[in-house]
Amino acid sequence: MNVSLFLTCLADVVYPAAVGKSTVEILERLGCEVDFPKKQTCCGQPAFNSGFHRESRDVAKHMIKTFEEAEYVVSPSGSCVAMLKEYPHLFEDDTDWQDRAEELANKSFELTQFIVDVLKVEDVGAELNANVTYHTSCHMTRLLGVKEAPMKLLENVKGLHFTELPNKQQCCGFGGTFSVKMVPISEQMVNEKVQHIEETDADILIGSDLGCLMNIGGRIERQGKPVKVMHIAEVLNSRAEVKTWE
Amino acid sequence: MGIKIGNDKFFERVDKGINDKFMRKAVVEAQSRLEGRKTQTTEEMGNWEDWRDLSEEIRQHTLENLDYYLDQFVENVAKQGGHVFFAEDAAEANDYITSIVKKKEAKNIIKSKSMVTEEIGMNEALEELGCNVVESDLGEWILQLDDHDPPSHIVVPALHKNKEQIRDTFQEKRKYDKSSDPNELAQFARKELRKDFLSAEVGITGCNFAVAESGTVSLVTNEGNARMATTLPKTQITVMGMERIVPTWKELDILVSMLCRSAVGQKLTSYITGLTASKEEGDIDGPEEFHVVIVDNGRSKILGTKFQSALQCIRCAACINVCPVYRHVGGHSYGSIYPGPIGAVLTPLLEGYDDHKELPYASTLCAACTEACPVKIPLHELLVEHRKVIVEQSGKSSFGEKLAMKGYAFAASNPGVYKVGSSSAPSFISSVAKGKDGHGKGPGPVKMWTDIRDLPEPTGETFRKWYANREKERDQS
Ligand code: SF4
Repeated sequence: MNVSLFLTCLADVVYPAAVGKSTVEILERLGCEVDFPKKQTCCGQPAFNSGFHRESRDVAKHMIKTFEEAEYVVSPSGSCVAMLKEYPHLFEDDTDWQDRAEELANKSFELTQFIVDVLKVEDVGAELNANVTYHTSCHMTRLLGVKEAPMKLLENVKGLHFTELPNKQQCCGFGGTFSVKMVPISEQMVNEKVQHIEETDADILIGSDLGCLMNIGGRIERQGKPVKVMHIAEVLNSRAEVKTWE
Repeated sequence: MGIKIGNDKFFERVDKGINDKFMRKAVVEAQSRLEGRKTQTTEEMGNWEDWRDLSEEIRQHTLENLDYYLDQFVENVAKQGGHVFFAEDAAEANDYITSIVKKKEAKNIIKSKSMVTEEIGMNEALEELGCNVVESDLGEWILQLDDHDPPSHIVVPALHKNKEQIRDTFQEKRKYDKSSDPNELAQFARKELRKDFLSAEVGITGCNFAVAESGTVSLVTNEGNARMATTLPKTQITVMGMERIVPTWKELDILVSMLCRSAVGQKLTSYITGLTASKEEGDIDGPEEFHVVIVDNGRSKILGTKFQSALQCIRCAACINVCPVYRHVGGHSYGSIYPGPIGAVLTPLLEGYDDHKELPYASTLCAACTEACPVKIPLHELLVEHRKVIVEQSGKSSFGEKLAMKGYAFAASNPGVYKVGSSSAPSFISSVAKGKDGHGKGPGPVKMWTDIRDLPEPTGETFRKWYANREKERDQS
């Protein structure tokens, strides 16, 4: 199976290689041919969610062209995949682009969704000895509708001691530009999230979206709490002898 | 009162909300109680999603044919001797209502809960006439006694008050001398209100749904106050938003059930009242005169636009009860009698952006509201739609933001530019990653970010570098 990786701008620009590297390695181990179209940029969400739809159309066109040849597009972010699925609505007055957008939307998957629903694998042979909890990102669960896949995969990671996050359905307060436009509100939201994480006694908070992890992790760091955040790709790529977070 | 409440600026209101520890505790408790009960009663149905689809369809169909059903409703009310008045705006509605009250020479007016009468500022108009207007919904009565404190929730208007605060208000305003026990408080309110029910010459109600096929007004309450307000006074005036129509009793049945379950997690509330026309021969109670005021006040302008679905709303507050923003800032922060997600959508539609331009941005777009809404209004999408209108039409987005977005779009659709931006990012980020003492570093949005959080410290190589090296190695081998 040929998979084109859509890394997302946060994993590309803000974070070190771990998330993308893990995604590639997991998929390859599961028998996929993975390529990384180098012209890729961002899904366009910052502009779209801010109401700059003309601008987000330009970004969408670029992404559609970049992934035109791909058989499958897989991304370690539920939120960005949900945005790719929004593309057809951006071209309601342009059937040609709309068809192309539709094609991209149909072949795009979030990483755990792809592993469970397309590759039909629920155990990726990962092992990680840690107390963990999981943050269900809003866009991944509500917009993309992926709820079960990450849980199924985590259940089969050896060594994980899992505690469910209280009020797990509640937003962490990221919301893209919301996190910088509405700082006082965002602060209250992320504080509550961090408090719930602490209640679980987890050492590691796992998530499937770097936006949320950057928000929660950044707040945890600022408060000097001893909890680490980890993207689910890194967890699924953990092996007994391989150390993560180096 | 009107839609807008208070004159504080948005962030001042938010600040007040965030620092009101009691209110926040009350909201968190109410959200978990209401949302918990809702989940239970909706899961009981087994196929909640099918019911949502059906309810959406009913509301959409009604809005598509609103003129037809309104005509039918009006005709049926008139046939039974009722009077109907169409008010284009708040002033027209209030003129009509005050003219009836004047004609009746009424002094004492009893009300059941109604958001639309708040929206048009009806109480103030009647008070100007010298009338004594009494709210009979317990929550609304408490707010009225407390010097017209505005509602902070559309179903539980006094949600922001605790029982001690209510006791204090009763003591101060009505010489109450008992405890803060909710039963004692309610008993006291009942006794006090009884006098007002008996002396009222005019009863004014809102309307949850108006049934077109029979000209019936239906009211949903738990306190039975709407029944008292519509059986004792000789004149009844019902005020309704023009979208509050259902075609037949069959749809009424469905939507009432959706409303009760979504609003308070009950299969049905204690009282569901259907009022058709005035007292007839042989009836032992009911009003002698029956008026319905149908209020437009900006609604017809929403019809046919991308915002039409906002008119599907049945005012259940389910969206408010799951909203993580409302949870922390409370209802008054919205500066509108319609708070929460539906308030953030509806308020700028009814009153324009000038006073409410922050509301569409006061959301993370987490879509909890959309998921909760029993009539499937895509609330988070409508918030984005507002942002789009602000950017494209109202000219209210800031110059800085426009520039940033143009720059962003240019970079994100030109990989050459994007790569320059992205390869310089890690070193840039590490220079601002740690804000000191809660004071952020870095330019604009970065500073806002680092005000309260650290940025990830980029350690090690970037993905692109790792990938390039790997490709190189593979080529060599
Ligand atoms: S928008 Fe939906 S959830 Fe919110 S009050 Fe209206 S009907 Fe209820």
